[in-house]
Formats: sequence, structure tokens, C-alpha cells
Amino acid sequence: MGNYIPSTQEERAEMLKAVGVGSFDELYAVVPPDMKVDKLNIPDGKSELEVSEIIRGLAAKNKVYGSIFRGAGAYNHYIPSIVKSVTGKEEFLTAYTPYQAEISQGILQSIFEYQTMICELTDMDVSNASVYDGASAAAEAVAMCNTRKRKKAVISGAANPMVIQTILTYCEGSDTETVVVPAKNGKTDLEALKEAMDEKTAGVFVQQPSYFGQIEDAEAIGAAAHEAGAKYIMGIYPIAGAVLKSPRECGADVVTGEGQPLGMSLAFGGPYLGFMACTHDMMRQLPGRIVGETTDVDYNRAYVLTLQAREQHIRREKASSNICSNQALCAMTAAVYMTTMGTTGMKQTAGLCYSKAHYAAEQISKIAGFELVNDGDFFNEFVTKTPCAADVVLKKLADADILGGYPVEEGILWCVTEMNSKAQIDALTTVLKEVRA
Amino acid sequence: MSNLENLKYSKSHEWVEETGENTVKIGLTDFAQHELGDLVFANLPEVGDDVTVEEAFADVESVKAVSDVFSPVTGVVSAVNEELMDNPQKINEDPYGAWFIEVKEVSDREELLDSEAYKKFCEEEA
Amino acid sequence: MDLIFEKSRIGRGCTVLPECDVPIAEIPKSEARACAPRLPQMAEIDISRHYTELMKRTHGVNDGFYPLGSCTMKYNPKLNEELAALPGFTGVHPLQEESTVQGCLAVLEKTEELLGEITGMDQMTFQPAAGAHGEFTGLLLIKAFHKARGDVKRTKIIVPDTAHGTNPASCTMAGFKVISVPSNEEGCVDLEKLREVVGDDTAGLMLTNPNTVGIFDRNILEITKIIHEAGGLNYYDGANLNAVMGIARPGDMGFDVIHLNLHKTFSTPHGGGGPGSGAVGCKEFLAPFLPKFHVVKIGDEYAFENPAQSIGSVKAFYGNFLVVVRALSYILVLGNQGIPEAAGNAVLNANYMRVKLQDTFDIAFNNICMHEFVMSMTKLKKEKGVSALDFAKGLLDHGVHPPTMYFPLIVDEALMVEPTETESKDTLDNVVAIFKEIYKNARENPEAMHEAPHTTPVRRLDEVGAARNPVLKFEKWK
Repeated sequence: MGNYIPSTQEERAEMLKAVGVGSFDELYAVVPPDMKVDKLNIPDGKSELEVSEIIRGLAAKNKVYGSIFRGAGAYNHYIPSIVKSVTGKEEFLTAYTPYQAEISQGILQSIFEYQTMICELTDMDVSNASVYDGASAAAEAVAMCNTRKRKKAVISGAANPMVIQTILTYCEGSDTETVVVPAKNGKTDLEALKEAMDEKTAGVFVQQPSYFGQIEDAEAIGAAAHEAGAKYIMGIYPIAGAVLKSPRECGADVVTGEGQPLGMSLAFGGPYLGFMACTHDMMRQLPGRIVGETTDVDYNRAYVLTLQAREQHIRREKASSNICSNQALCAMTAAVYMTTMGTTGMKQTAGLCYSKAHYAAEQISKIAGFELVNDGDFFNEFVTKTPCAADVVLKKLADADILGGYPVEEGILWCVTEMNSKAQIDALTTVLKEVRA
Repeated sequence: MSNLENLKYSKSHEWVEETGENTVKIGLTDFAQHELGDLVFANLPEVGDDVTVEEAFADVESVKAVSDVFSPVTGVVSAVNEELMDNPQKINEDPYGAWFIEVKEVSDREELLDSEAYKKFCEEEA
Repeated sequence: MDLIFEKSRIGRGCTVLPECDVPIAEIPKSEARACAPRLPQMAEIDISRHYTELMKRTHGVNDGFYPLGSCTMKYNPKLNEELAALPGFTGVHPLQEESTVQGCLAVLEKTEELLGEITGMDQMTFQPAAGAHGEFTGLLLIKAFHKARGDVKRTKIIVPDTAHGTNPASCTMAGFKVISVPSNEEGCVDLEKLREVVGDDTAGLMLTNPNTVGIFDRNILEITKIIHEAGGLNYYDGANLNAVMGIARPGDMGFDVIHLNLHKTFSTPHGGGGPGSGAVGCKEFLAPFLPKFHVVKIGDEYAFENPAQSIGSVKAFYGNFLVVVRALSYILVLGNQGIPEAAGNAVLNANYMRVKLQDTFDIAFNNICMHEFVMSMTKLKKEKGVSALDFAKGLLDHGVHPPTMYFPLIVDEALMVEPTETESKDTLDNVVAIFKEIYKNARENPEAMHEAPHTTPVRRLDEVGAARNPVLKFEKWK
């Protein structure tokens, strides 16, 4: 049996005596006797070695693919070695929310630097210290646009279905009206979007690139949102964000996104990172922790949690969000990643994704039955038709140690990143040709 | 703690100045700003909003607290002191200069105290 | 110390990625960004040293005693970290076919089963990423339950005045009105007041037990019965489960839905504020409303199932999976004896500190407490002008992380102390001596207390200035 308790039996007896009780049972005298658990029906405790073997056994039951052509919300990007070396440092790992600023400058400064990098990436004025993930960030962004007079969200159906679902669930909670406008040709249907907007519309959510990888005309959508008097929320893919027209250039008021591509493993869906940034005008509506610069009594520069009167521990039921933590370690991961890559590296990653995806699309779509479904330009994801059931194709690829694209209504949604060498892409097309044959 | 003779006061520590027929300016008293401590933000309504007697129309934030500001009158907001958005410290420095809003078409008002009565009221509260 | 942007030098960088091995495709100018983001340009050694410097300006559990009340800052076993980093977990795409992720699904299912037994709940979701996220999810279950029965008048959630701020905020997010009930002189729910506020508009009650003053509510069965008889449901905020795990189960106290903070009670690290995990458990009758992607075992195979009347999703995918791996590892090590033993020693440590301090300090509701207790500094404030904040800052100079300050709201000048079970008697004795020494200094030389801390990387900060003129990012680009 294992535990992590340092005190010895003798010390425990001594302490019980000091407290004035005869046993542990007496400490729990206030718990009604018939409620007390006799013995938990779970296994006996185990040694570290045994537990290590059990969990390694479970990990071994998963298939980790040699090459991955699947994205759809989680992306296989290269993680530089220094990222895990930094975030594994025990001080960062075992600290909590930096309530005591004097002994938390490390965490606070790292968040301040993260906020700056997110503002640079999104071209916005203010970033928070992060939220749970990209989907909950989008849902929080929708909530922050609500006003007394406007409480309706218009959502592009070309966004990731899980993001849409999360927005809808949050809106159900806050009784916010929602309209999801079906996608057209893998993109936002601008005309239908315009029609869905009215004088009650508070926010419009669009994802760039779309779930289907298509590059949206984000500027035109932003103009339409503003014409209707609504705020414009853009959900962006941070890798593409380094090169595509910036959210500010597109008129965004709030920018959200899934930060996982910035140095986090696929990890079966989490922990990931939700980033959120906005214009200066929206600063007071931004939920979550925010770190600001100040000075100490000796006029040294220092950092502190600020604008806290927005938050739940002060506003309680009047707070617009209940969030009281951030994904600090994931935010640090993203900051180390963006620092290591630098401006050049971020652009290089984006360029590799774009070039390799276009090469792959060209090669795959040459194969009969795998034609491209949409004709607009795409970033690093694209949908092809499939000549037979998608699962047949994917099974064949799995046998070759390849995780193929994700099955969607119109075929298969492929994703290509810098991790996919030309050799991997050629191996993929070789298998696909066999499917046809 | 100082009060001004020409103003009326509410028990929730707002001051009211008559600025015209059925028009008043509203702010926070010196007593209130002292109790609240260093203010860092004032959240104000917009011109055209309705305010209702004894209901909150604004809130003010210190570092560790947020407090509602109540309207002593019912009416329509005709002007907002935008300066407070950028310089909330003005409420601490010059509470009777730092008006929050001007309200026109005043149709209802709570019973207000004069300077002397308000001074007594504050002494009891403290 | 300099910001990373100030250390950046044009032309520096790291070589990470290879040249492009396919024909280069250029992003059309019409779609391209006008100005690139300004990110630091650093050599790897600069990055490494920068973060080592930041590390030295950070206090974690590994640096010393961390009695932050209600946050359960216990030791985080290294085994958990090693197992959560296994490539068999980290390399798995969340949208892989179920047959290829049986290990991940087994982790979720086994952890659900173990936590179900520990809490007395029938089913559980791991989708919520933090405690507050779990509260929101649990309240949506309550909302969906009433709505499904056509009982639309139940719009109010009752919350004691000792509750964490997240409770009322979560209620608002879920579309409920909050009814606050006062505590009695024992720091527990006032039954009479509770009876006065329940009615046919009561959707439910949110309760932390033991509560935030560290007291196990002896009337818990009566409380949950009052709510049930009024037609409401009982929500258990698991923030303080560490005190009673393996001793008493929320499911046996009359609770219908709970959230757990896996990062607190089940010893996964807090990471400077996250990621955590706010698993939500419920009784069978609420299971049809759970979020999507609930894991079920059919024969020997694991699969996802979407509950029939699911509330939807509160985030993408299945939650902070790697946090669940750590919790599983922890529970397997402790087992049926280790779990209550951890709780018992957490309670013992808190009581030991309490009795050692009670002659010097005023303890709120001073009786046998659970895992934490609350001290009030009111007397020191009144007599010497030394506040709870001053006292906390004094602790910093002794390498001790201060207790939670100014919470719960019902105790003036509160300091809330939660030592956890992973601290030794030696540590507690040492800290008690430090507390007493600071108290003595505060009485003898109160003015000096306003100056503390002296030995930390920075001293007291201008928080008013930070909030009045927010500087939220680096602006001084060259």
C-alpha cells in the first residue's frame, strides 16, 4: 500500500494527543455514524512499480500512428525540445494561481509575455491569461458580446462542430438566442449570415480557416457584422494566424482560438489552451485572469493580477463568467513555443503547412474518386470525395501505419502539417491508389 | 469628511444637485469615496438610458471590491461624465466635482437629506 | 528582470524545421497579413536561461509549505508526471477510431468507476476542465432535469453565504437566480432560514461540505432532505472532498450531482493556475443529461456514447485527459486504505496546527475542524493596525506561502489555513513557530509589518496603479 504522508505512526499518535482526541475516528465524530464508509470498494493500494506497470499497459493499448493526416480541431505539429524542458520545471508545475505576487513574479511575468505574444499573433490590444480551450473561449466570447439590448449569437456553420456545440451549450445556460447558418461550399454563407442578423444580434462567430480548411473572406464578414451593429468574433488557427490577414485587418472585435498547435501534444484532446484577445473597447468585458504591469514600493517593475473587479470572487452572481483559473502551464507552453519559433519560424511553419497541403491535395485529387469537394483556396486542410466508404479507405491507411483524414459528410477532411514529409505524402497517395484499384 | 450646503443627499451616499427644471446631477459623496477606498474604474450608463429611483445605475470598482451606485431619482440620462472612465481617481480627489450622470425628466425621487441631516447620518454609520 | 522581448536581438533564433521538400506554394497577397507578429528572436540558451530566471522567482509546493486554504496544495507525486508523459497517451489524436484508443478509454472508464465508489455517484464526465467549469456543467444538468419534466418555474439556486465566489457566478451563467442563505453561529447552514427560502421555485442547493470554514455540517442529511422535499436537487461542490474521502460519501449525504477538483484532491499539479480537471458525477437519474462522449464498456471493448438528453458539450473533446491519467495513478497507489488515510491525516494536520495556534490567534468557530481552519486577525487590526494582509506578507519573508486571505467573507480579516496531509509534523511545528514569531513582531513593532516583505524578488505592489492605468502587454518596441 502506498501513500505520500510523511508523518510516522509515533508522530501521528503525538499529534492526536495534542489535539485532545484518542483516535482518527474521534476527529470525525461529527459525521453521522451510519453515513461513515466502512471500507471503500476499490482495490488495495499498490507500489509505485505496480502502478507504473498497470498504466504503461494501458498506454500500450493505444495506437500511435507513424504519420498523421488528421486535424479537425487537434493538430500534429513539431514541439521543440526546449518546450517540455521549460514547462517541466517543478516550480512552475507545482505553483498555483499567483495570488501572492511578491513570490509569483515568474508565473506572472510568463503570463504577461504570453499575453503580449497573443496580442501580436491576433493583432489585438488585450489578451487574457488564457481559458480552458478553443471551444470554451469561443463560448465565452459570445457571452462577452451580450448587452442589455442585444442577446443573440449568429454562428457560421462552417466552424468546427465541437466549437459550435460548446457555444450552443453555453448559450442554453445564459438563455442567449442562437442561429447557426449552414455552410456553403465549405465556407460561411455570407448572404444567409446577413439575413440571420438583426437588431438583437450581439455577436457573430466565424472560424478562419473554416472547419473544412477553406480561407474565409473574413473582412467581408466583419463588415457585414458591423453593419448590423454586432460585434465580430473570429476563431483562428494560430499557425495560420502568423501569415493570414490579421483579425484586426478583418475588423474583429474579439479573437479566440485553440492554442494546442502552439507546442501542446495531441494527448487525446487535452490539456489544451484557449486563447482570447480583444480590442481596447472590449477590455472590461474580457473574462478570466489578466496580468498587468506595475511597480513595487521600491519602484521596481513588477507584475500582478489586475482588473479583478470583473471577476467572480468579487462580483459573485453579477460576474459575467465564473472562470477563476487559466491554463497557465499551457499558456507558458505556447509562449515558449512562439519564442523558440520566432517570427521567422512561425511563418516558416505556416508556409510548410500551406505548401505541403497544396502538394498533397494536388496528388490526392489526381486519383479518381478523390476529387476536391470545394474550389476555394485552403490553408492546410481540405475535403476530398471518397470512391467508397470512408472507413474502408481509413482502414487501408491504418494498416500502413497512417492515420488518414477525418470522415465528414461530403467525404474525407485531410490535414497536412510540417510533420508530413514528401515521402509520407507520397506513401499516402500510393495507398489511396490501391484503394481505387 | 465634507459636505456641500447646496446639495441633497441619499442614505445610500449619493449627492444630488438641481441643475434645472426636473434635471439633476448625481455623484458619490465624500463619505462614500472614503469608505470605498482608491477607485480604479467607474462603469457608467449611456445617454438615453432610463434610471429608476433606488435602483443601481452604475458601479464603481476598487482593487478588491465592486459597489453599486443607486439612483435617488427616476428619469432619463441626459449626460454622462466621460472623464470618469479615464480618471476614476477624480471621484476620490474631488467627489463633488466628479458627477456621474445628469438626469432629465425627473418624475420620481426618494426622500433626500439636507447637508446637516446627512452629516448626522454619516456620523451614526461610522 | 528584463522581459523576453527586451532580450530579443534581430537575427538570433533557433533552427527547428527543415527546408520545404515539396514545391513551394505562396499564399496569395490578398489573403496575407500586412505585418508579421513581433515575436522574440532568441537563441536556445537565452530562452533556457530566461525561464530558469523566472523559475527562481516562482514559489511552488516543492519550494515550501503552501497552506492556501480551499486549494489543497498537496505534494504532486513524480510517478504521475512520468505516466502522463507516456507517448502512448500524448501521441494519440482525439478523433482516432475507438478501436485504436482502447487504453485512453480504459483510463477514463476505470477512473470513473473508482471515483464513483469514492463519491457514491453512479456516472461521471471528465469533460469540464476546472472546478468552476464543473459547477457550470452540474447546474446545466439540474436545469435540463427540471426542463425535461416541464417544471419550468424552478429558477432559483440556494447558496450559503460561506460559498466560493464561483458558486453564485456559475448559477448566473447557467441562467439561475441566486438565493443566499446565512450561516448560524456554528458556521453551518441555518436550517430555519433554509426552510424559509425553499419553495416550488427552488431548482436546487449548492453546498460545500465540509464548508469553507472547515466545518462538516452535522445537519447535512436534514439539509438535503429539505431541498428534496421542496422538489429541488442537491449539488456538492467537491472543493473540500480531501477532508472526507473514504470517510463519508456525498452520494450518501443526499447529493445528486457533484464536481471534483482532480488537481486538488487527487494530487495532480496546479501548474500555476491550470490545467486542472473538474469531473462531474451524478446519480443515475441525471445520467441521461451528461455531456457528450461518455465512455461505456460493452463486453471487453470501450466506446463513447452520447447520453440521450445530453446538455451538449462544455468544451471540445473529452476533458483534460492527461490530468485524469495522473488522478488514476494516484488513486491506484493509495487504494482503499490510502484514500481515507490521506483524508484523516489532512484533518489531523489541520487540527494540530489549530490547537498549537489557538492560544495566540483567534480561530473562527474554534472546534474540531476538518482539513482547514480560519483565523481572524480582527483583534490585531484593531489594536495594532496590523491586517491579515500585513501578516500574510510577513510570512513571505520566512519562505512560507500565506494562507488564503479575506475568505470566507463571513469572517473579518480572515486567513484560511489548509496544511494538507503531505506535510510532516516537523514542518507544521516550524510553521507554528513562524506564525507566533510574526505575531510577536506585530505586537511589538506594528509599523514594520506594513513594510513586509523585504526578502522577496519584488516587494509590495501598486495594485491601484495597475488597475487604473492597465498595462497588459509589452509596448516599448524598439
